[in-house]
Amino acid sequence: MIPLSIAFLPLTDSAPIVAAAELGFAEAEGIALNLVRDTSWATVRDRLVYGQVQAAHLLAPLAVAVTLGLSQTPCAIAAPFKLNDNGNALTLSAEFAAALDPAPRNRIDDPVATAHDFAAAIGLHFRKPVIGIVHRFSSHALMLRYWLGFAGVNPDRDVTLRVLPPSLMTEALRAGEIDGFIAGEPWSSVAVNEGLGEIAAVGVNIWKRGVEKVLATRADWAEANPDALDRLVRALSRSAAWCDDPANREALAELLSRPAYVGQSRALIAQALAGRMPLRQGAEPVDIPDFLVFHRGAANFPWRSQALWIYSQFLRWGMVDPSPESERAAADVFRSDLYRRALAGEGIPMPGASMKVEGATGTPLGAGSHMGSLTLAPDRFFDGRTFDPEAIPAYLRALEIRRDD
Amino acid sequence: MRIAIIDERGLRATILEEGLREAGFDDIEVVPPTGAFVARLERMAPDVVLMNLGNPSRDSLEEMLAVSRALARPIAMFVDQSDDDMIGAAIDAGVSAYVVDGLRKDRVKPILDLAIRRFHAFSKLQAELDEARTELASRKAIDRAKAILMESRGLSEPDAYALLRTTAMNQGRRVVDVAEALITAASLLGGKP
Repeated sequence: MIPLSIAFLPLTDSAPIVAAAELGFAEAEGIALNLVRDTSWATVRDRLVYGQVQAAHLLAPLAVAVTLGLSQTPCAIAAPFKLNDNGNALTLSAEFAAALDPAPRNRIDDPVATAHDFAAAIGLHFRKPVIGIVHRFSSHALMLRYWLGFAGVNPDRDVTLRVLPPSLMTEALRAGEIDGFIAGEPWSSVAVNEGLGEIAAVGVNIWKRGVEKVLATRADWAEANPDALDRLVRALSRSAAWCDDPANREALAELLSRPAYVGQSRALIAQALAGRMPLRQGAEPVDIPDFLVFHRGAANFPWRSQALWIYSQFLRWGMVDPSPESERAAADVFRSDLYRRALAGEGIPMPGASMKVEGATGTPLGAGSHMGSLTLAPDRFFDGRTFDPEAIPAYLRALEIRRDD
Repeated sequence: MRIAIIDERGLRATILEEGLREAGFDDIEVVPPTGAFVARLERMAPDVVLMNLGNPSRDSLEEMLAVSRALARPIAMFVDQSDDDMIGAAIDAGVSAYVVDGLRKDRVKPILDLAIRRFHAFSKLQAELDEARTELASRKAIDRAKAILMESRGLSEPDAYALLRTTAMNQGRRVVDVAEALITAASLLGGKP
């Protein structure tokens, strides 16, 4: 057995890692998986960078940021597998949500209108709203910035973004330290269930295929341990397929609800896994298709174009200076080559290309593939824009709000 | 040189603070990571910030270091980017150091060295305390189980203990587990818990 340690945070989207360890997917590949739970992303990152763990459940933008050396020691990260797409929700205090459409369902169904309502609400509020984000380099923060920027809100000027670990968001909302937060599950469900806030937007309705967590390793470790990495990716691929199967939801919710993992209500976790989200305390939860995706529609494939979308947003908000070297390094974080190698013999259909124009697919689309048939899920951005990874400068020029405005 | 320790006021912070004072660092402040601790830290303008790695506020502090004007740029987390052994030891001990710009490596290293030793000492102490506590709880459970056996089956104390021990050996379980099972069973059957 190959011993491997993986660091993770208590979140519903740690499911593929937890199930791989608990249900024998890792063992079947000859891996003895040891899970290390942390509270903050900084600790997960350090454990990975300094070799205390071989792999980590990591925010996709953080994997890119660590590679580029933003705010810390640079360390090349390899992400050969995406653990999930989507899964985030924006929860606002009732006071702030009162300025939006009174029907919670309308808010999440029409992100265009809600973004404008949010912008208007900033003016009504007696001070800048404080919104909790889980990390500066998180998918949540990028999604929130993208959504607010569309409605003319400059997130660096018009709101205060405050970094807090996901598990402390509900307490901060209760204490009135923040007016809302964007985080992965189960934290929005917990906040709504306790009557602390209302869900006003969901990640899936901002970007149908929002890149969320990845499996991250150090690039030099991946290079030196190809066999162990392939085994781990295969184990996670089977685990992710199991997690995505509706028949396994109850069992998965029970597993995640244990104190060693997420440690929150089994019923709330099961509900979110099914894409049934409570928008307001006491109201019937609503169905949100693809709220959280573990496997279907090639969700695990690390598209290099998605890493570049993250890089484009770093440029947009002035988090990194443009350079051909940085652009290449960012694209290289998502290792579609390692995904292809590990899963070559698994009968999983592979996309023919490793880059695509993001946001161009409106309906399920059959794609060129080496084996079998591959259906790509719709990946639209809510504003209808597309992202061509070959034309990043033009894409950035077209976005109204940028850091340099 | 001003050192900030971000921690709750407790044994761990005390151990670290005392060690630093003994080593001749006297400008030390313990800042609990609650409320507006970041603003307080900005006013203090420390040269070095020490924080427990497991602290949930780590992300908030890093964010502050990334955007703060008062503290200038955060420079490196940890002492030297190339000193992997040192960083590994710090992570092991559960301490992370944030060093603010302009401080020389040779001045920070002794602080971090000391913090690592102190944090290790604390975790050893904690482990011993936990062990003692568990042992006490186990002994209580075994005593209660013995009492139940003595009362319900008229056994002497040594015989009651022998019965618990042989049952545990036959079942491949710990004596304390058998004792707890017996206590549970006895309370379900309506005896004295």
